[in-house]
Amino acid sequence: MIHFVLLFSRQGKVRLTKWYSPYSQKERTKAIRELSGGILPRGPKLCNFVDWRGLKVVYKRYASLYFCMCIDSEDNELECLEIIHHYVQILDRYFGNVCELDLIFNFHKAYFILDEVLIAGELQESSKKSVARVIAAQDSMVDAAKEQMASLSNIIAQATR
Amino acid sequence: MGSRLRDMIRAVRACKTAAEERGVIAKESANLRTAFKEEDQDYRHRNVAKLMFIHMLGYPTHFGQMECLKLIASPGFPEKRIGYLGLMLLLDERQEVLMLVTNSLKNDLNHANQFIAGLALCALGNICTAEMARDLAPEVEKLLHNNNSYIRKKAALCSVRIVRKVPDLVENLISSATSLLSDKHHGVLIAGIKLCTELCEANFSALEHFRKQTSSLVRILKNLVISGYAPEYDVGGITDPFLQIRVLRLLRLVGRGDADSSDIMSDILAQVATNTESNKNAGNAILYECVLTIMAIEAIGGLRVLAINILGRFLGNRDNNIRYVALNTLIKVVAVDTQAVQRHRTTIVECVKDSDISIRRRALELVCALVNESNVKTLTKELLEYLKVSDPEFKPDLTTKICYLVQKFFPNKRWYIDQMIKVMVEAGRFVKDDISRALLLLISNAAELQGYTVRSLYNAFQKWDGQESLAQVTVWCIGEYGEMLVHHMNELDGEEPVTQVTEADTVDVLELVLKDFRASSTTRAFALTALLKVSSRFPSCTERIKALVLQYKGSLVLELQQRSIEFTSILSKHENIKASLVEKMPVLDEATYIAKKVDAADVAFSTDSKSVPATVLPAVPVANGPTKSKSGTNALMDLLNLNVDEASTPSAPQTRKSAGDVLLDLLGGNSSFTSPLVASPVQGPSGGADALLDLLSIGNATSQTTSSPLSTLEPFPQRNPEAASQKPSNPVPDLLSQNTVSSQKDSYSSFTADFKKSSIPGAGFDLLGDLGIGSASSISTTGPVYPPIVAFQSSGLTVSFEFSKQSTNLPATVIHATYTNTSSNTYTDVIFQAAVPKFMQLQLEPASGNVLPANSSGTVTQVIRVNNSQHGQKSLVMRIRVSYKINGQEVLEQGQVNNFPPGL
Repeated sequence: MIHFVLLFSRQGKVRLTKWYSPYSQKERTKAIRELSGGILPRGPKLCNFVDWRGLKVVYKRYASLYFCMCIDSEDNELECLEIIHHYVQILDRYFGNVCELDLIFNFHKAYFILDEVLIAGELQESSKKSVARVIAAQDSMVDAAKEQMASLSNIIAQATR
Repeated sequence: MGSRLRDMIRAVRACKTAAEERGVIAKESANLRTAFKEEDQDYRHRNVAKLMFIHMLGYPTHFGQMECLKLIASPGFPEKRIGYLGLMLLLDERQEVLMLVTNSLKNDLNHANQFIAGLALCALGNICTAEMARDLAPEVEKLLHNNNSYIRKKAALCSVRIVRKVPDLVENLISSATSLLSDKHHGVLIAGIKLCTELCEANFSALEHFRKQTSSLVRILKNLVISGYAPEYDVGGITDPFLQIRVLRLLRLVGRGDADSSDIMSDILAQVATNTESNKNAGNAILYECVLTIMAIEAIGGLRVLAINILGRFLGNRDNNIRYVALNTLIKVVAVDTQAVQRHRTTIVECVKDSDISIRRRALELVCALVNESNVKTLTKELLEYLKVSDPEFKPDLTTKICYLVQKFFPNKRWYIDQMIKVMVEAGRFVKDDISRALLLLISNAAELQGYTVRSLYNAFQKWDGQESLAQVTVWCIGEYGEMLVHHMNELDGEEPVTQVTEADTVDVLELVLKDFRASSTTRAFALTALLKVSSRFPSCTERIKALVLQYKGSLVLELQQRSIEFTSILSKHENIKASLVEKMPVLDEATYIAKKVDAADVAFSTDSKSVPATVLPAVPVANGPTKSKSGTNALMDLLNLNVDEASTPSAPQTRKSAGDVLLDLLGGNSSFTSPLVASPVQGPSGGADALLDLLSIGNATSQTTSSPLSTLEPFPQRNPEAASQKPSNPVPDLLSQNTVSSQKDSYSSFTADFKKSSIPGAGFDLLGDLGIGSASSISTTGPVYPPIVAFQSSGLTVSFEFSKQSTNLPATVIHATYTNTSSNTYTDVIFQAAVPKFMQLQLEPASGNVLPANSSGTVTQVIRVNNSQHGQKSLVMRIRVSYKINGQEVLEQGQVNNFPPGL
């Protein structure tokens, strides 16, 4: 299973963390520090796997962002790379050429999408299209609710004028 | 009202310093607190979103946890969406607050809107606790049959989490999980197959059940493999690799150890292995999974060959990821088919030299698994070559592995020694104590190679660069076999000729180590002892050695200071016994060590931990036990040889006395005492015996770490300073703690059995004299027989005495006291004390324990020696006092023993 997902920038700034196994706040900070310290200096030609406390961390760099997933030592590392790529492609499609700034200002969206890709540290959907579909549907539900709110407050405002 | 989320993120990003950022966060947090307190409903979800951002930056956010729960409880979708996200981010399964959300979750699971139910399932799947899992499992199970695939797949993964948390729920889920296998939707299939896998791992009957589903799994896989282009699930020309991999993994579990299901799946496995494109990562991921499955199941030979070939292809791949995976898999395959892996040996050895540490580690592990007696020479040569150029962070691993291989597979001892010297020259810093110890043991046991070894070491040492292990081994060997270096003894065929080495050159080496700033105090202690040892063999250097040793008289390291002072005393005052004192070490006991090494090696190399070897050694005294008494006595005899020999000369008493003094002195024996009341754990008149015990443990330096400066050169003295500092103050408890293993006790008692046959008029001062008699009289007959008595009896405690006496020494009596506890409480901290009138001397040996179990279920024994100076005129009398604790309560009992049999 995937124990956690980690996104950090080349400067080591954390952009997203998702923990599927229980780690205390202290352990989380420590893990982030160890991993960003261990992964950032690695050269581009090296393999994408790092041993970490009996587990394996699979990472991949996209532009200025490092996507890391921590898996069990007997899990399929190559597949994990593919999952990372899967997630990145969905993000890319959603934001339209995703960049780090998108993920900073819309961090909650990145989480919503991740929740449609993984549950309990396991992949739940292999179709990028259907993830995009359900995210769009949920976004429109939110928009509808907002509009309703706005029109409601308009009505109230007019009534009380 | 507060700012928008976007504005806050901007403000944080605009911060130039960490302090500035903290300021912004503090202000925002304060605003959020106020908003939460005012129950600001309209902006609650925006506030929680801000809180999540603050959390991600690593600031405390616990004050907002309740807000998430409120959002979840609210009816609108936007609120719930943010609420659940906050719940998953800000809380984890260890927080009590989580319990409060159970009811909202239950409501939402059954919500008509699929997305709201989906949110609840997602949250449950990510953070639920065991209690929540139990409470909500029925709801989730119902959702597995929901007609909406979006809900079904989430419910399946949620069940995965539930099973992990509460394994006994497996049974309930088996049938629902099976039905998921016939689903058409890929998401549901992926989740469903994962759930089946999880069930199989958790429970054997589930595994049995899913074995029957093998053909439907095979069908799923076959459909994927033969299907044409499916745009929705296509990854690099392959249809849904994720699903394929999950099916293959479940097949692995199902086929392992089951020939029937293995048979059913072998066709499709062959098809996947041959038809999958390997030019993209996705394809390789499938091939990798497929190989693992083939190697795990009961596959036919042809299929295995196919799998191994794929791995061979992987190994030759230029992509590091693929090579990593290949090495990783080959490690698993080695156990199944070593021959197949051997074919790729050269490639694997190349990988040890890769620039990527992840790959190097894997390759090294694999190389170690591949080495056997026939290829150890070539492989070790390769690894040694590489050791020279490898980067520092990798050297410790590599060194440990090389040493392990050399130790395990060496074809002959000379090769072993050669390789170890090479390793120590290249990476002596990383050679651990137990490795150099093993080497010394081997040298000690190879009499014909000792000359060769010491010369090779001397040569290697010319390039010494502070390597600790090299210095220690060299110094030890010079100390033991220095004369072979100088006189070219035992030359081997084809040995490199050495230039003439003089005695002074040899002492130069020792001096260099002694004075080099890089040598640790342990190594210096080695050097000091070596100096003492060569002093008798290199008469030309005696004065120089004396001066060198004397320099450490004022050392701040207690161990060195003690050695210096004691050695100086030996060198200057005891010239006559010196030669025998510093004789060569007896051959180290190989059998014991090998038994121990196996244990240690198992631990050390299965866990790959760095700290293991140091801690393992003292922890295995059991293996050590049986031979201990033997080697101990031997060494003792060895040490005391001088005395037995000299006993025949007229000057014997004088020599004996001084030697005894030296020994007592060296061993920190206590020479001042006497009080008629002697408490057993406190050292008193029993000092002599304790000193002897100490000697025992010295003799045993062959296999243990304890030692004293006299122990000649112990190869492994890491605990030495500690032992030395304890000795003068409190030697007896120290001994007791080492004597806790029964086999060691045996050696102790077998020794005292010898010992007790003689008496100790001087209460153990003239210890060597006694020993001479002791060992001589061990064949003499025992004295008259006396009936045993019950010396003391109270409500719970019984003390009985048995007597024995030597006919050669009538005043002395050895009493074997046995303590029994008949009450129902266990007595702890039992201390027995005894007092005798002035005309008698009393000596108490340490008791066999200090705990008396209840209901007579165990005894403690103790040896008491009494010397009655008015034997024949007055009979024995004794007052005794026993103190112990019942449940921590101190109890004291005392009494007088008047019923000794007459004639004692």
